[in-house]
Order: sequence, then C-alpha cells, then structure tokens
Amino acid sequence: MSDFQYKNEERIIFTKEMKKTYKILIPNMLPIHFELLRNILIVEGYDCDLLKYEGEDVIKEGLKYTHNDMCYPCLLVVGQFIYALKSKKYDVDKTALLITQTGGGCRASNYIHILRKALKKAGFPQIPVISINLSGLEKNPGFKFSIPLIKKLASALLYGDMIMNLYNQTMPYEIEKGSSLKLKDRWVLNLSNQYKNSTGFGKKIMTKNFNDIVSDFSNIKINKTKKVRVGIVGEIYVKYSSTANNNIEKFLHKENVEVIIPGILNFIIFKADNRIVDIDLYGGSKIKKYICVEFKKYLEDLQKIFIDSIKKNKNFKAPASFEETKKGVLKYLNYGVKMGEGWLLTAEILELINSNIKNIICVQPFGCLPNHIVGKGMIRKILNNNENVNIITIDYDPGATKINQENRIKLMLASAKENLK
Amino acid sequence: MENLIYKIGLDVGSTTIKSVVLKGEEIIFKSYERHKSMAVQKTIELLFKIKQIIKNNPFTISITGSAGLGISQKGNIEFVQEVYATKIAALKYKKDVDVVIELGGEDAKILFLSGNKEVRMNGSCAGGTGAFIDQMAVLLKLTLDEFNEVALKHKKIYTIASRCGVFAKSDIQPLINQGATKSDLAASIFQAVVNQTIAGLAQGRQIKGKVMFLGGPLTFFEELKNRFKETLKLEEKNAIFPENSQYFIALGASLYSASLTEKTNIDEIIESLKKQEKKEIKTSLSPLFKTEEEYIDFLKRHKKSDVKTKDINEYSGNCFLGIDAGSTTTKIVLITKDDEILYSKYLSNGGEVVSIVLNCLKEIYEKIENSKNKITIKSATVTGYGEDLIKHAFLVDFGIVETVAHLKAARHFVPDVDFVIDIGGQDIKCFKLKYGAIDSITLNEACSSGCGSFLETFATALGYSLKDFVKKGLFAKSPVDLGSRCTVFMNSSVKQAQKDGASIEDISAGLSTSIVKNAIYKVIRAKSKEELGKKIVVQGGTFLNDAVLRAFEKELEINVTRPSISGLMGAFGCALYAKENQKESSTILNLEQLKNFSYTVKTATCFKCPNRCTLTINTFSDKQTFVSGNKCDSYKKDEKPKEIKNIVDFKYNLVTNLPKKTNKKRKIGIPLVLNMYENIPFWVPFFEELNFEVVLSDTSNKKLYEMGQYTIPSDTACYPAKLVHGHIESLLKKDVDFIFYPSMTYNFDEHISDNFYNCPIVAYYPEVIKANVKTDKKLIIDPIGLNNKKFFEKKAFEIFNKYFSITKNEIKNASNKAYEGYLKYKQKIVEYTKDAIEFANEKNKNIIILADKPYHIDPEINHGIDKLIASFDSVVLTADSISFLTNEKIKTTILNQWSYHARLYTAANFVTKTKNANLLHIVSFGCGIDAIVSDEIKEMLEKNNKLYTCIKIDEIANLGAVRIRIRSMFAAIEEAKKNKKQIKEHIYV
Repeated sequence: MSDFQYKNEERIIFTKEMKKTYKILIPNMLPIHFELLRNILIVEGYDCDLLKYEGEDVIKEGLKYTHNDMCYPCLLVVGQFIYALKSKKYDVDKTALLITQTGGGCRASNYIHILRKALKKAGFPQIPVISINLSGLEKNPGFKFSIPLIKKLASALLYGDMIMNLYNQTMPYEIEKGSSLKLKDRWVLNLSNQYKNSTGFGKKIMTKNFNDIVSDFSNIKINKTKKVRVGIVGEIYVKYSSTANNNIEKFLHKENVEVIIPGILNFIIFKADNRIVDIDLYGGSKIKKYICVEFKKYLEDLQKIFIDSIKKNKNFKAPASFEETKKGVLKYLNYGVKMGEGWLLTAEILELINSNIKNIICVQPFGCLPNHIVGKGMIRKILNNNENVNIITIDYDPGATKINQENRIKLMLASAKENLK
Repeated sequence: MENLIYKIGLDVGSTTIKSVVLKGEEIIFKSYERHKSMAVQKTIELLFKIKQIIKNNPFTISITGSAGLGISQKGNIEFVQEVYATKIAALKYKKDVDVVIELGGEDAKILFLSGNKEVRMNGSCAGGTGAFIDQMAVLLKLTLDEFNEVALKHKKIYTIASRCGVFAKSDIQPLINQGATKSDLAASIFQAVVNQTIAGLAQGRQIKGKVMFLGGPLTFFEELKNRFKETLKLEEKNAIFPENSQYFIALGASLYSASLTEKTNIDEIIESLKKQEKKEIKTSLSPLFKTEEEYIDFLKRHKKSDVKTKDINEYSGNCFLGIDAGSTTTKIVLITKDDEILYSKYLSNGGEVVSIVLNCLKEIYEKIENSKNKITIKSATVTGYGEDLIKHAFLVDFGIVETVAHLKAARHFVPDVDFVIDIGGQDIKCFKLKYGAIDSITLNEACSSGCGSFLETFATALGYSLKDFVKKGLFAKSPVDLGSRCTVFMNSSVKQAQKDGASIEDISAGLSTSIVKNAIYKVIRAKSKEELGKKIVVQGGTFLNDAVLRAFEKELEINVTRPSISGLMGAFGCALYAKENQKESSTILNLEQLKNFSYTVKTATCFKCPNRCTLTINTFSDKQTFVSGNKCDSYKKDEKPKEIKNIVDFKYNLVTNLPKKTNKKRKIGIPLVLNMYENIPFWVPFFEELNFEVVLSDTSNKKLYEMGQYTIPSDTACYPAKLVHGHIESLLKKDVDFIFYPSMTYNFDEHISDNFYNCPIVAYYPEVIKANVKTDKKLIIDPIGLNNKKFFEKKAFEIFNKYFSITKNEIKNASNKAYEGYLKYKQKIVEYTKDAIEFANEKNKNIIILADKPYHIDPEINHGIDKLIASFDSVVLTADSISFLTNEKIKTTILNQWSYHARLYTAANFVTKTKNANLLHIVSFGCGIDAIVSDEIKEMLEKNNKLYTCIKIDEIANLGAVRIRIRSMFAAIEEAKKNKKQIKEHIYV
C-alpha cells in the first residue's frame, strides 16, 4: 500500500558508460561511515569524492536554489552540490551526484527531486543523480545493487557505528591526546583495505573485526574522570552532520563533555520495521512483508554480534539493541508513527535515560514536521515520567546563529554540571 | 571585615551592560547602561570604574549575558550561563520562589525552580521581548515612559499576534490606521508579550505558585506587570517584583564567582580585552563605496531621474491630488496637468492618519486661496492601508490598490519598465511586467516584513537617527555579512557581529545589504539577477537612503532608476491616476467643509457570526460612519445579500451540521480539526449507526485557541495544529464518554498521486494530544486507515472492541453507512462545484480557486479570506472541490505523495485550462510541505500565463494586507484580460 509508483520520469539515467568515465560526488553525512562507503564504491569501480564543503558559501548556494521554507538539510545538500559543481574542480559533463532517499511521508523523500530542480535552475541539467535507497525507487543501469554490495554497505554502517561509539567513549578520557583519533583513522584504513581484498563483510570476519576494534580501543590509556555526559538525538542529518549542527560534537568536547550519539543502524532497522508494521496496520502484500522481515533479521543478527563484542569488554557500554529500544516507547507513541525518525527518536531519548545519560540535546532543522510530534511533542511527558532529566531542543537553519545555540547548550551544561556533583 | 573578597558580576546583554560588586553580602556597586553595540569598550570602561573601588584587593569575577560569552573568551573571564546565574540569585534571595520570568532586551526566559527544575529561553524567535516593546513604542511615537503611562489607562485589549514581533506589527499597524487609541494599543502590546511568554516559553507547563519577575521591561512597565498578574491569575502575594530586578542576573554572576579562583590583577583582564577590541571580523562584504569619487558619480547618475516642481503661485488651472495613506507614513502630492509637482508632503503618521491628511488638505487650500490665480482640484485618488478610511472621511474621488498606484508612477519615469520594487516602512512590494501588464506581484510574507522600519528601530536602539545610521554605512570598510533571513534573526546576527566587535559603520552597511538581499532572495525569490529584468525602478522611503540603493545595485550588478521622489511614488501615481480619470468636478471636501470637519472613534464587537470581529467605528461630522476591522459585511443589517457561490461556506455548514442523533447515554466527542474536516462525513454516520451521539468540539476562535495554548509543546507548528489543543479542551468540558481522534498516516487513495499520505502533523497530532493533555476521558487515538474497506472493518473491530462491547456485524453495518456517507458528501461537493462553475460562466464572473487544505474552511484559520474574495463578485471554489470533480492525476517534477497537496496540483492544472479561473494558494505558516508544493504550482501556472498568488496565514486576524494582495490579484487579472484583448486586436487588425 505504501509502494511508490514511478512512471516514465524524466531524469538523466546513470548509464554503464558513465560508470567508467564519471566522477560521483557524495555528500558527507556521517564522517566515518561515509568514508568507508566511499572506499567501498571505489573498490566497486566507481570514481567518487566525498564533499566536505561547508560554511557561508554553501548556505548561500542552497538558499538560492531551494525554497525559503525548505528544511535545512535539503538546503545544505543542494548548496553543497551546487557549490562543488561551480567550483570548477569537477568536469561538469563527467560528474554525477549520489544522494540517499528514504521514502515516506516526511519531506526528505523529496530531496532528490528538489535537487534535480535546482540543478536545472543552476545550469547543470545534464548531471545524473543517483538515488541510494532500500525501496527500489529509482534504478540506474550504471549503478546496481548486488547482494554483496548491499552486504558491504551494511557492514560499513556497522563498522562506522562501532568506531564512532568507541571513539566517543574513549577520546574524552584519553591520556595521550590524539591517540583515539589515530586509532579511528587506522581502522578506517584497515577496513578499506579489507574491502579492497573483497573481505570484511561476512559474519565471521565482521565478528573478528568487531572484537579487534574493541580490544584496540580498550588498549588506549585513559583516565576515567567524572564528566558530564550528553546524548545527541534528532533529525538524522542534523544529528550526524557537523556542517548542519555547527559542529556540536566539537563544541561539547571543548566543554569537557562525553558525547553519546546513537548509531545509524537502528534507523535502518527502523525503516525496515516500519514496512512490516504498516502492513499489519493498514494491510498489504505478504511477500513484501516477508522480504522486510528477512532483511530486518539479517541486520538484527549483525547487531547482536556487534553488541556482544562490546559487552565482552567491561570498559565500554554497549548500545541497546533495536528490540530493546523499541520496547520502551509504547507508553509514548504507537509504532505506526513512522514519518521522519518516527517513534525511534523518542525511543532513543528513553534509551539514553535508561542508560543513565540524562542530559540530552534534541537537534532538528527549523520547522521539522515530524519532530513537532516525536521530538518536541514528547518531551513534556518524558520529563514528567523521569526525574532529573535535562533535555533541550535546538533548531538549525541558515539564520540561526551559533552564539544562540551555544548559549542554550551552555545553559543545559550548567544544570548538568550541578547534577553531576 | 577587611578581608572579605570582592565579587564582581558582569551581565552583558544584547543592548545593555549591567554590573554588581558584592563585598560579603553587601552590594557596594551596581550599574546599568546601554552599550550601543560597543560591548567590549563599555566593559573596559566599567572595569576601570570598578578598579577605583576595589583597588588592588583580591577579587573573583564572572560574566554572563548573550554578549558576555564572547567577552569572556576575549578577557579570559569565567562565563556563567545567564539563566543559571538568575537561578543562583533567585535561590539565594527568594528561596520559596516557584517560577522566575525574566524579560530582557532580546531574550525571554523562564525558570521552574520547584518540582522538576527546568530552565527555558527563547530560541530562534526573539518576539515578545524588550526589543519588541521598543520597536512598538517607536511605532506609536511614544517614549517608553509614555508608553507605560498610556497603557495604564486602557479600556480594551485587542488581539495581537504573540508569536513574533513582525507579526504583531502587522496586527497593530491596521489598528493604528483605524484609529484605535494608543492606550488600548499599548496595553494590547503588553498582553501580546505576556501571551508570547506563556505560549512560547512555558510550552505546556503551567505557571503557578510564587512567581518572580525580573529584567528591564518588568521593572519599568507597571502595566506589563498587571498584564502578567491578570493573565496568570496571580494573587498579590504570589507576584514578586524584587528590588534591583534589572541587576539580578549580574548579582547571580557575582555570587557565582565566589566558587572561582581569586584574582588580584584587574588590569590583566582589561589589557587582554583591549587587545581584542579591534580584531578583524571574518565574514565581511566589500565596501559600498570605496572612494568619495565613486559616491559623487553615483549621486550624479541618480539626479537624472528628477521630477519638476512648480511654484503654486505661478500656476493656474486644474490640479490633481494623490494621497498615499501608507502603513507608517502618509504621502501627499498635488500635480499640474503637466505632471509637475505643486505640493508634496511625506509624514510619519504615528497612528493619526486622518488628522494628518486633514492638516495637509487645509494647507493646500490655504495655498490655493493665497495664490492670485485660479487653481482647482479637479480630482483626487487615495491608496494605501488607510485608503477606505480617508476615502470616506474626505470623499476622495477614487481609491486604488497600492500596486496600481506604484506602477503608474514607475511608468512615468521608465515607460518600458519591467520590474518595480518598493521597499516601504513595513512592506516590500514588487511586480514584474510582461507585455506592459502586471505579470506577477510579490509582497513580503508576514515573516519577513518590517524592512524599512526595522532599520529605523535598530538605529534608534543604537542611539542614532535613521538617516545618520544608514549614512554611517556608506564608507564602511568591511560591512558585516548579516545573512538574509527575517528581521528577527537579523537581530541575532547583529548580536553576533557585536560580539565579534564590529563597528557601527560596518553593522550599518551590513544591515542595508541584508534588507536588499532579503528583498531579492526572500521576497522575490530570484534565482538569478537577470530574472528581475533590465529596466528596474526602485522606490519607497527606504531607497531614499543611498546606502540601501547602492547595496541593491551592487547585489544586482546593474544600475537602476531611483526617482528623486522615491518616497512619494504611491501618491504621485495616485495623482496621475486622478488626472487620467478626472470627472466633471471632484467630490473632495472643500475648505469650508474641512473647517467643520471633526470625527470620533469608537470600538465595538460584532456578534453576527462566530468571528466576533472588533469593529472600529469612525463617525465624521456629517454623521457618516466608517467601520473597519470587519471580516465580512454581516454587520450591515439591512442590505439584501447578493447571490454568492462560496464553497468554503457551503462545506463548513455542511460539516458542522452533520451530527443529528441524540443519545444521552452514549456520547462520543470528535474534535473538528485538521483532517477531521475531511473525515467527519465518514465518522458521523459510523458512530450514529453504532448508536452514539456525536458531539463536535466548539467553534474555533481565539478564545478557544487560548484555552488550549498551555499544552502546546512546539510553538513553531502550524496554527491549524496548535488549534487542536483548544478543541480538545472544549470537548473535555462536555459530557462525553470518549474522545475520538485517530492517528492517520494515510488518506483515501484518490488516484491522483503516487501515494496518499497525510503530512506528519496531520497524521500524528493525536499523539501530541495524548502526551500533553491531561484528561479523565477515554482518548481513542489508535492508528487506522480508511482506504481498504475490508481491512478497515477488521481493524475497527479490534480497536473499538477495546473500548466498548461491539460485534463484527455492527461494525460492518456502521462501516457501510460511513463509506456511503463519505461518498454522499463528495457528491454534494461535486454538485455544488458544477453549479458554481456554470453560474460563473453564465454571469461572466471570475472563479477563484483556493489552493487549500480541508481545515482551511475553518473561519478562525482562513480569517474570512473566502468571504473577502466572494465580496469581489467572484465564485470561490477549493482544491478538493476541483479534484473531486476532475479526478485528474497531474504529472509533477517532484514526488506527489500527500493527498491534500496532490489536490493542489489538480486544481492548478484546472486553472491553466479554464479561462475565467485563477488560483490563490493559501499557506499556513509552518507548512513544510507547501514549501515543496508552491514552487511546483507556480511553475505550472506561469508556464500557462496564469498568475500565481500565495497568501501566508497564521494567527494574524487582520485582513488589511490580505486585502491588498487580493485586490492586486484582481487588478492583475483585469490587466491581463485587457492586455489579451489588445494582443488579439493586434492580430486581427
């Protein structure tokens, strides 16, 4: 019932020919994950560049080519692409763009279309845009999803989550400054090399890699002082992209805070889970449900290995599994709430509180529709049900100034520090 | 006690700097002054003063405030977050306080100290703060003291939008023009601040117990205190206004510093601040003028667009009068038959437009009398916000819409002009011309207005006159890049610039550039500068400032024409119109009549319909009255209504009268909100078949909204969503067993889109209600879909069986009735639509299709726009009525997956194919999906030479601005008709 039907759209197809000669530009949405993702694509024979442009000029281009009231992530992604294309660094007749597409009732499902519109207006109608999605939305002969590729990409997300998680647990306490960062970079390189040798994504090797990553991070010398711990949840792009969130992680680290950011894997499982729930609530194809159930199971199996390998080490706290995260939220929302981050956002807040992380920042683009419900809409109830919880919400958009945002964070940190005593 | 350490607390806010020095428990020094955006310098001066007192004794110091963060880094002083500082002070001095409300220059904060401790401050919105009151005082031409004094004498409170300063302003302006008293306005503004604090900050948490009020505004404004006390229903003993309230935060900082390490050398801090004082700012623009010569050339070039003036004593013959009664200024021009100016005036009206025009007219008549020659005012035209009022008061011959007036004037200077932009005190108006007709009109949306007057308020706040302030920017070396969003955000950007130590010159030039960018990229939404055209005329008072004009030319990289009478163009255009349309003799009051002219202003409330409009009644000396503030004409008793086709009205009546059955024992309440406007025809027969009495929530109005305001968690959600809270409150007061408001991800598949989603707000707002509204009634919000009847029956049984006993068969019967009922409803809509189209074709009327959502039929949401359009002798239809009729799926370049929005494409497509149809897009502020849709519809329409008009609505209850847009739209439709005829004639000749 929620399947898309796309008929004869007019779009530039990414052909097999293009694969050989084109450069693919990818927006950098999660630093570690996307680094791995790019390296996988390079191994697959694509020529790719990860875009790291940020700042005023990117925003300017975004403002020029998207509607005033469009959400900030859309504006940034469009701005970043157009800025890159105008930079003369790329041959615009031999460049393609890659963007993720989630589908669903949130505006994000339209980013790709708005991007194409913007490209036309900016004078780059010839540029093909490749959609990465799990719904079989748009197909391109030059960019095919084989099962091994999907497995590789899934493994990259898990590795990314793990490195991010352990890095965040280690870095604030490291004795030798920079040692966690070095290790992080080393593992990104190591994994990329594994992909090059067509390995790294089977269950067995993943188990080994997970264990090795955990053990490497646990070998970093730390001094576990008592620090304020702050969890970050929110709209997926603003939550992870430093371009969008004015580098909130760095700011918090400077304020002597341990930052906890829930990984992306649960979001992917959430998207699969939605499709299953949807069929239960509104009817739909049994075959589709079966596929989704299988895909979800595959990811959850990997998640179990992931969690177990962290649990084995006493120094680290493992994140909660998808099912655990999902359980707690029913008191707040029904599982049908699926648009955007849906019930998962609320569930992540609850999960953080459960793990005794009571300082939480919920970030979102200004005017984010789903977050009126699952973010801001649930906070009152969360505060009523939980003691000493300290949540703030911060809106991001081109006009919001860093000083206001940091001021608000400082305020929450002041209370957090008091609670720490 | 010699060895008690000095504790220094500094509080550097957006506009002021406060300090407190404590010795032990005793305040030995305190100060409060405006820093005029020279925060660092003032801090240094202040520290010098403090040094005189504390000498070389050890001390502790901390700094707080929005500008304090930057200074703390520069001077290496410990920063303490200001709300936290407030909390420290509050706990120290008033231990039993439950809530602290603090209003500052640009910040508003609320602290909950008892129970679950919480601190909140305003986010991206700076509305409802001290700066807002400053701005409003300027608007009313009152000093802050006077403002407070008149407010104390108020008799009536008007509803003024409380969300943001810009909105409030557009509410107040028309009230001023309608002659509302300053007393009532000032008090209403305070009330708006109170509402903003409660809605924006408390966000659902009730303010009760002992409340302490802090900050400048709450120290100085007695009436603001009263408003708070009254609104929060606080007893005298529970409302605490402490001494030293304006120093309270500095006091907190001072107390906080006690926990820090001692320092001994205050000079060290001063030195490091001095070093930072003149640091370069990162983002800066190139100067407006690099050299004096450049400026002189620029002036010479613009001198060319001059209008000749003529001494009235040397003229004889007919003359023509133009009056532009604008929102903040009144402009009057008298011209000769050769378009020379005999007399002109540009005056700030400060709320008294009638007496200003009266005085000018008297002056003109005197001049005419004193002249030796015979001069006759042959005809007169008026335009602007005050058009109706002035037309009635002085019997002016013609009233025209502003856009038409401005176009007339622009053509006088550049006959083949293809783009006109007018930046006035409050509005940006611009229109593109194609083949000599108005092609599109753009007015600033409510969220980005305030252009000219913003500059003025800012200048005043910094202690300069507007002229001086803007002038300062002309030769600024590195203008600050202040971004290009709405003025409220600009405030924060300026704050940031101040923090970075930008000079007044650079800020001034930056603001001039921002206004220009705002106009080009926000209002006109130009993708490229070429899009605007080649022959551009700029006008409006704001362009009289060379810095703004220069910034505009720099941004577009072309030279534009600024007539020397840039500020008078509306009036000049009116005079030209008067000349072109002159009659035998003018009806305008003569000198004799003017001498006897007097008028009084009264207010009243109209009870003819649920809108409860506040009417302002002007009574003139000839006993004629002029009523404004009305949304429709129903206040007039005796006039026979014309035949009107307005489907909005039809649907609203249809939907609200659906429940028929009564049953004292079984009652189910349904809130008439969002998607329920669409689904009521389904659910009423459903529940009535199940032997329920269906009780709908009360009619929407401001009161109902305010009733639910305290549970709204996200203030930036759309108004239709925020209204839900009031509807639920109204149901809670009724005798119902259940409240039914299901979550609905999907709609019916109408086969006009790729998917049939509701937007996230419509789909899941029931969840917000469940989580935020306390209720003793059973709330049924389970997710359900209606598209698949069989599946619906299965699910409906599962769901309702949880709440009351029911059989599968009963569900089946109810479901049959429900689907039937919905179908019948759709058929009725289709019939009415067909009728209306036929009616329009027969009677040769315009059809205006509101590109709207189902909930826009709520009069509290649409503010009577439908009735306004109908009053222009047009047929009103809606997006759903057209899409029910045609059922057409439209190919779009974007993902067409929301049902309600899919109907907009279908409606737009219908308009492109229907000669007498035009579209008006109604957007509720905050509708994210419309951001995607509006560009798409606009393209569809423009490709087919149709006009795209979009109106953004929110809580704003005044139709003044909307009226202009709609009149402009009709003027453009008329022009297009004429123009088509001309083209046709060309072909056939």
